[in-house]
Amino acid sequence: MRRVYLDHSATTPIRPEVLEAMLPYLRERYGNPSSLHHWGQEAKKAVEQAREAVAALISARPEEIVFTSGGTEADNLAVIGAAYANAAKGRHIITSSIEHHAVLDSMQYLERQGFKVTFLPVTAEGLVQVDEVGAAITPETILISIMHANNEVGTVQPVALIGQLAKEKGIILHSDAVQSAGKIPVDVDELGVDLLTLSAHKIYGPKGVGALYVRKGTRLDPIFHGGAQERKRRPGTENTPGIVGFGRAAALAKQEMATEARRLAALRDRLLDGLIKRIPDLVITGHREKRLPNHASVCVKYVEGESLLLSLDLQGVAASSGSACTSGSLEPSHVLLAMGLPHEVAQGSLRLTLGRENKEADVDYVLEILPPIVERLRAMSPLRC
Amino acid sequence: MSYSDKVMDHFMNPRNVGEVENANGIGQVGNPLCGDVMRISVRIENDVIKDIKFKTFGCAAAIATSSMITEMVKGKALEEALRVSNRAVAQALDGLPAQKMHCSNLAAEALKKAIQDYLARHS
Ligand code: FES
Repeated sequence: MRRVYLDHSATTPIRPEVLEAMLPYLRERYGNPSSLHHWGQEAKKAVEQAREAVAALISARPEEIVFTSGGTEADNLAVIGAAYANAAKGRHIITSSIEHHAVLDSMQYLERQGFKVTFLPVTAEGLVQVDEVGAAITPETILISIMHANNEVGTVQPVALIGQLAKEKGIILHSDAVQSAGKIPVDVDELGVDLLTLSAHKIYGPKGVGALYVRKGTRLDPIFHGGAQERKRRPGTENTPGIVGFGRAAALAKQEMATEARRLAALRDRLLDGLIKRIPDLVITGHREKRLPNHASVCVKYVEGESLLLSLDLQGVAASSGSACTSGSLEPSHVLLAMGLPHEVAQGSLRLTLGRENKEADVDYVLEILPPIVERLRAMSPLRC
Repeated sequence: MSYSDKVMDHFMNPRNVGEVENANGIGQVGNPLCGDVMRISVRIENDVIKDIKFKTFGCAAAIATSSMITEMVKGKALEEALRVSNRAVAQALDGLPAQKMHCSNLAAEALKKAIQDYLARHS
């Protein structure tokens, strides 16, 4: 059976070059980067090289990169760490209602600790409105956290404009760039962010490693305690092989970004246009232009997402509905509901995210098999009269 | 989470899909947990379910349980049909994943509603 992987926003395969770079650090170069001896220094050097590569991907300085166990930890560290470190200045935080759960749940945790959090609405296309951010700012506001690109609908947020606002008011700005970094340009100075979350496994690196960019001078409390690693911001022995893999993946992504983004955007448009042409009653979710180049997301009316995914999987196509994390739960996506989609439409959400290995033939295969799947399920649906 | 072969069979080849022509009982229910919707229509004669069909907007478990329940009660007396529990339907499908047990409620409830609708119309 033909197999087509279209779930690159959930995770990506490790690139062979990345794996090659990692292997020595899983074998003979096992030193602890904190050790003074040869083994330790060898590992230390590798970690520092990776730090440079990751910094270069977002035009930051190496010393501003803090390696973590992944995007979720980096989001927790950013949100909770910045809130605690700056609580003396105020206890108000602004975020959006379409953030990843790593941010949303951290915000809810902070609410229980006595912080006040404003969850901004979004437009029907999933965009946060800059003037609404401005209107929400109070003298008590210490942190704004707005994701760069949304994981479910691919919408790219006006972070740079929010950055100007934050800077004027001296408020820390965090952005979760897990989905955007490596796919579209991310420059921490252009965006005006103080904190930025990255993850390796979304850009063909290994799982279990991510990073938080921390602009020099940003006050941040650690959430882990127990060592001086990562300038005390993230104690614990470094995941050297993972970090090395992340560095290699970041370097390759930077090199290839422009060409790959163009290629993927063409494939994505072929997919979206094809779907619209072939399937009636289809709603494209997210902004048609301001979206990630590899991201196609739709809601198929009168059909429920899990049935779609399962039917696609039986024919070799891996896709997702909402985010991978929500496919296991019953609630339709908080993102789609925040965009104002009715419950039953949001339930028919389908996300197809392209990657390096996808070719036109893969897109055409989906365009061939999806319409009959939808037809079959719709014939069973009591919602279509 | 994975489904049994029986669930997959009923999902891919559902039995009794559609609406019964000149139905004399219709039951439509929505699942309060997930918002999925199921409709069962029946033709009842002499207290026996002569014909039964379903339409479901829902997950694979919802589709499979609807299909299975129509098979289980077709040709059965009303009393017997009313005794078919959601557990029995799940069992007949070789079980459902734990977080999908609630989906089987839909089928049992839609059937009950369809029969009640018939009874209300004919009392
Ligand atoms: S998840 Fe709604 S019926 Fe199964």
